[in-house]
Amino acid sequence: MATSATDAFVAFDRVQKSYDGETLVVKDLNLFIDKGEFLTMLGPSGSGKTTCLMMLAGFETATHGDILLDGRPINNIPPHKRGIGMVFQNYALFPHMTVAENLAFPLEVRGMGKADREAKVNRALDMVQMGEFGSRRPAQLSGGQQQRVALARALVFEPELVLMDEPLGALDKQLREHMQYEIKHIHERLGVTVVYVTHDQSEALTMSDRIAVFEDGRIQQLAPPADLYERPDNAFVAQFIGENNKLTGTVEAIDGSTVSVGFADGESCKALSVNNGPVGGPTLLSIRPERVQIGAEEGPNTVEAQVLELIYLGDHIRCRMRVHGNDDFIVKVPNSAGHEHLRVGETTRVAWKIEDCRALDAA
Amino acid sequence: MADMTALDSGVMMAADGTPLKKKLKQALFLSRVRAFALVAPLLLFILASFIVPIVMLLWQGVHNDTYTKNMPLSAKALYEWDGQSDPTESMAEALVADLVVARDNKTIGRVATRVNREYSGTRSLFTKSARSAAKMEAPFLEALIDKDKDWADIEVWKAMKIASKSYTPAFYAAAVDMTYNADGSFERVEEQGRIYVKLFLRTFMVSLVVTLACFVLGFPVAYLLSTLPMRTSNLLMILVLLPFWTSLLVRTTAWIAMLQSQGILNNIFVAVGITSDDARFSLIYNMTGTLIAMTHILLPFMILPLYSVMRGISPSYVRAAKSLGATNWTAFWRVYFPATIPGIGAGALLVFILSIGYYITPALVGGQNGTLISNFIADHMQKTLNWSLAAALGGLLLASVLILYWIYDKVVGIDNMKLG
Repeated sequence: MATSATDAFVAFDRVQKSYDGETLVVKDLNLFIDKGEFLTMLGPSGSGKTTCLMMLAGFETATHGDILLDGRPINNIPPHKRGIGMVFQNYALFPHMTVAENLAFPLEVRGMGKADREAKVNRALDMVQMGEFGSRRPAQLSGGQQQRVALARALVFEPELVLMDEPLGALDKQLREHMQYEIKHIHERLGVTVVYVTHDQSEALTMSDRIAVFEDGRIQQLAPPADLYERPDNAFVAQFIGENNKLTGTVEAIDGSTVSVGFADGESCKALSVNNGPVGGPTLLSIRPERVQIGAEEGPNTVEAQVLELIYLGDHIRCRMRVHGNDDFIVKVPNSAGHEHLRVGETTRVAWKIEDCRALDAA
Repeated sequence: MADMTALDSGVMMAADGTPLKKKLKQALFLSRVRAFALVAPLLLFILASFIVPIVMLLWQGVHNDTYTKNMPLSAKALYEWDGQSDPTESMAEALVADLVVARDNKTIGRVATRVNREYSGTRSLFTKSARSAAKMEAPFLEALIDKDKDWADIEVWKAMKIASKSYTPAFYAAAVDMTYNADGSFERVEEQGRIYVKLFLRTFMVSLVVTLACFVLGFPVAYLLSTLPMRTSNLLMILVLLPFWTSLLVRTTAWIAMLQSQGILNNIFVAVGITSDDARFSLIYNMTGTLIAMTHILLPFMILPLYSVMRGISPSYVRAAKSLGATNWTAFWRVYFPATIPGIGAGALLVFILSIGYYITPALVGGQNGTLISNFIADHMQKTLNWSLAAALGGLLLASVLILYWIYDKVVGIDNMKLG
């Protein structure tokens, strides 16, 4: 994995961006992307992720710092000379051209001959299963079909880097999931480097090699999907990725990698020390709903919990409980054969492992 | 299938057995009446104040019954005459009888004017003869020739025969510099009399040049406005719209102050040495003045549709083009410009149609060679009172606009037009 600006395929080296000269939209960004990697920039709107993508594409200039592509600084190279494919949020297919003309456009401006052009266009269309639609206009296609064409157009001139700016945002849920797999497969087949921007965490988890979580102009955590979900570095990431139970408490003692946390109700529990402050300071415990065990034996991290609400969701039952004075503690009970039936108002005992309970910064 | 049945014929039936289509019509009847009631006042107003007058005026271009109505007897006699042989006694008798009546009804002036249009110099012949017609006795032909020897001229009678036809192509013929003869043939008027075809061509040329000038001047402005932030562009848009809030007359006269030979522009030219004091440019009361003033006045009509179309073009199109490797120019020409065509079409059509019928500005600053067809139409309406010719000229103008509109629809497609 690339660790410096020189051996990375794409590098953001201390990049800052300001639009108005008063506030920084991107604050000191360092990001190194390997060749062939699928990297997702994930974050809420206004977190600076799209700005980073636009700087990489060349539509915005970095206020400070260097952006390098294959070791070369590209700050002063205009967008059309960067050779970066891009898929836009609203597809940006040229409405007055047919699908085939849209795909031929990047080849045409590169001065490619007609026969070569046609062969490449057909191959690209076949790749996204749109071979029969070459003579249609974009307006005659459905959203999913337009998406495929936009993808084919960004890939047809064989760029080494493809940027995607929330390309699936306009599609309905089912189609979106289908396209996620399709994009992932194309990426695996072609081996191109993809930088993907989205605010949808499940999209990011499905497709990426690594995810950079953006917030407030900074990368909060850069990690593979499993790490990001299971081992969030801070409270923001823990909350932003997946569902998360939060328990606020005070650090009572630190013992190596374990930390004892006391709650307002006088009880305490042990957690994995990740990002917590010193003894006496506040901390936020993060526990994933599916890592909580219901009806457990007495142990180090067990606590009495009262069932407040049950929501039937088919494959699992969502159970809202009161735990350590927190009324919004969610536990997912799998709807497996012979599972225990809880009742509202009932009190039971819940437990979790120390390593599943991460002590983070109290944000 | 108890509540809805399809008969063997395939007609869908509603629950009560009436055909579904009929049922639907009944259900929608009330809302249709309501919709009509809402537009009815405007519809009536437009019908009464716009459509009916236009139709009536255009009607005059092919129908003029001044002669038939006021001289019924001679009209009948002229109808039977072949237009070649010498005028007969019966024609003269009918004419004298009509002249007497026309004089009593005080309509002889109108009749004389009508015939004079076909053969000039005959106006006084009629008024004079009508005065003594009551005293004339048979043989009437000789009596008439006695009164004025012009009655022996067969051309006078031919002119009367043309005027006696209520439905006549004579005015349309005149509008394209042709004369309609008594025997039903057409011929072109002599060289120095041909004005209207030249005027039509000049009007089209001026309209074309004004449209082009508006496009060349307006396109960059609209582009700038559409790329600026909303607040700034709204502010600048006021400057574009400002002329709309000023009287047309004021703007046109302002151009007179600007462009006349002792005007501001010429003074500046002299001051900076572009021209000398005794060779000032003549920028007004000619074609130049018409072109400058009309371009200025019609410019907003080009900018507004262009602006609204450009505002709607997502910047991601041009970005996409650039990311695909297009240079700035290619991205503009291949991607941005085609997207503006609906606006260009709307603006150009608007400016062209407005300038083809433009009247006040050419009348004020056009001078001799800068006047357009509409000025002549107005002239015939107000001064020569030849409404039929005015109607024929107007009809031709209307027809040419409709043809242009049709061509536009064929080439660009009217659904592609976007006014805002």
